[in-house]
Amino acid sequence: MSIESADNQGDEMETTIQKSSLSDISAARAQKQPGSNALGVGLEARGVHAWFGEKHVLENVSLDFWPGSVTALIGPSGCGKSTFIRTLNRMHEFIPGAAMAGEVLLNGEDIYAAGVDVTKIRLKVGMVFQKPNPFPSMTIAENVLAGLKLAQLKVEKKDELLEECLERAGLWSEVKDRLNTHGGALSGGQQQRLCIARALAVRPQVLLMDEPCSALDPGSTLRIEETISQLSSSVTIVIVTHNMQQAARVSDYTAFFLSDGGPGQMVEVGSTNDIFSRPKDQRTENYVTGRFG
Amino acid sequence: MSSLEKVATPQPRKPWAPTPIDQAKTAGIVAASTLISLLLILVSPLSGKLAFVVLFSIAYLIIDFAVSYAKAGRSAAVDSLFRGLVTTAILIAVTPIVSILFTVWIRGHKGLHWTLFTKDMHNNAFTDPVNQGGLLHAIIGTFLLVIFAMIISVPIGILTALYLTEVRGRFTRPIEFLVQAMSGVPSIVAGLFIYAAILIPFTKTVNGIQGSLALAILMIPTVARTSQEVLKLIPSDLREAGVALGGTQWRSVALVVVPAARSGLITAMILGVARVAGETAPILLLTGGSGTKNFNVFSGSLGSLPNYIWQAFGAGTPESITRAWAGILVLLVIVVILFTAARILGNRKVGKK
Repeated sequence: MSIESADNQGDEMETTIQKSSLSDISAARAQKQPGSNALGVGLEARGVHAWFGEKHVLENVSLDFWPGSVTALIGPSGCGKSTFIRTLNRMHEFIPGAAMAGEVLLNGEDIYAAGVDVTKIRLKVGMVFQKPNPFPSMTIAENVLAGLKLAQLKVEKKDELLEECLERAGLWSEVKDRLNTHGGALSGGQQQRLCIARALAVRPQVLLMDEPCSALDPGSTLRIEETISQLSSSVTIVIVTHNMQQAARVSDYTAFFLSDGGPGQMVEVGSTNDIFSRPKDQRTENYVTGRFG
Repeated sequence: MSSLEKVATPQPRKPWAPTPIDQAKTAGIVAASTLISLLLILVSPLSGKLAFVVLFSIAYLIIDFAVSYAKAGRSAAVDSLFRGLVTTAILIAVTPIVSILFTVWIRGHKGLHWTLFTKDMHNNAFTDPVNQGGLLHAIIGTFLLVIFAMIISVPIGILTALYLTEVRGRFTRPIEFLVQAMSGVPSIVAGLFIYAAILIPFTKTVNGIQGSLALAILMIPTVARTSQEVLKLIPSDLREAGVALGGTQWRSVALVVVPAARSGLITAMILGVARVAGETAPILLLTGGSGTKNFNVFSGSLGSLPNYIWQAFGAGTPESITRAWAGILVLLVIVVILFTAARILGNRKVGKK
């Protein structure tokens, strides 16, 4: 199964992950050194700022995302988490009046450099939104394969890709008998997993999830979290969440964002264990222990 | 659990519904207002049905206000006065519509005849008996005019709406303003524009396509504005999802946004058609009014329903005037069918087949 126009870097990325055994990855994780990327490829934010019009909403965030890891972004509302995640696949510029500064390096190359094809960036850095948003005019199968049509990619075995993506999103067994019915009949949790399958079909290297469970009931949330754990071996995941237990359950690293009325900043980043059990910053401790926010 | 099953289901009731006493009171107010207005008409110089309706409304509002005041105080009285005023307003608004439909049916049904739909007027004059000749040429003409107006205006209207909602370029504001201003253009102005721009300098004669062009000018703002409203309702989530999957904006609009808005766009189209189907002024100026079937919009005089109605009234005999009313009835039915179709298509839920 190959996507013709998927470029080499993506393929290299996958082989890198397959070659390096899981123990290597956990060894790399065990070093707990955000800032030095042991596996060499991945997504790095360097001094990212963001504005909406005159309003400075995000200040100087530098953060590396390790291949095959799950990074959770936590913090109170309005601290710039969602804005930050949207700078990582250039969805930030979709909002009128948006501006940014800094660099976002994907496999070492700045995605904001002149001449970069923004559609290629979004293929490599996929996104799952807060509200499940399957395309209403399409069937379940068409929804999963919509990215191929949108990005004009050619795939040899569509049926296999369809099954694989739905399987990885944990939805296959529930929908395999009604692939050609409309996605609107699914429950909210199923719709969200359909959106995850849709994002996976274009073989992203990184998957950004912007509060993917905030519109879902606890049962569906649990299913999505299982899906995230299963995916994390093959895709780098960045998840914004308001649910601290969720961050603790699914992520390897956690970054805490906070705004003191001015632009949002990243207060602290570290392994999820450290952030929740022995945070370095007093504000992080207050937040994770529920003393404010 | 078994103890729960023993409890009998209570009878459903509506404690907020008007009691028989309330209903009797309302009936009393209606009777009193009727009586007072009749008395006033008898003793005063006022007379006629219109005077009765006006006096009745005023009397009803005053008595209703007084009764509510006595029963529940000032705020309740104002509330009931407000309700009365709103009801009066809606009745006033609906009266002309009902009156038009009623009059058209009463006068038009005498002229209905099967030959209306099978024959044209090339062998007949408007003054001939009603069962000779027919409307076929006019129905064909109206359909041709409208179809060509659609072919011209629907793509332009929908693309304009896409510019206003999706592209949102630098000219969004001025174009939005222009489209709104254009929806107020009188139809005769559209007709005169085509007359001055095409008929006089180039064709120097009447034909169908000139009429379609003028109708298209009138349709474009309706189609564009309705489509714009429909596209605004599509959640921006869908647009973002399309782009986040690596689609260009054009592909995201074509594959996600437009299909999601499909039924609404069809409604926009039909509303545009209904807007121009009965337009008369530009047709009179530009297309001529042949009584023979003409399937070619690009040459020759083209009959149409508005033109038929206008000519039939002009002939002035009882037969021709009955023909005109029958023509109006047919035109109205066509417009009603179009609006109904628009409602049905527009109400279908997005995403359902």
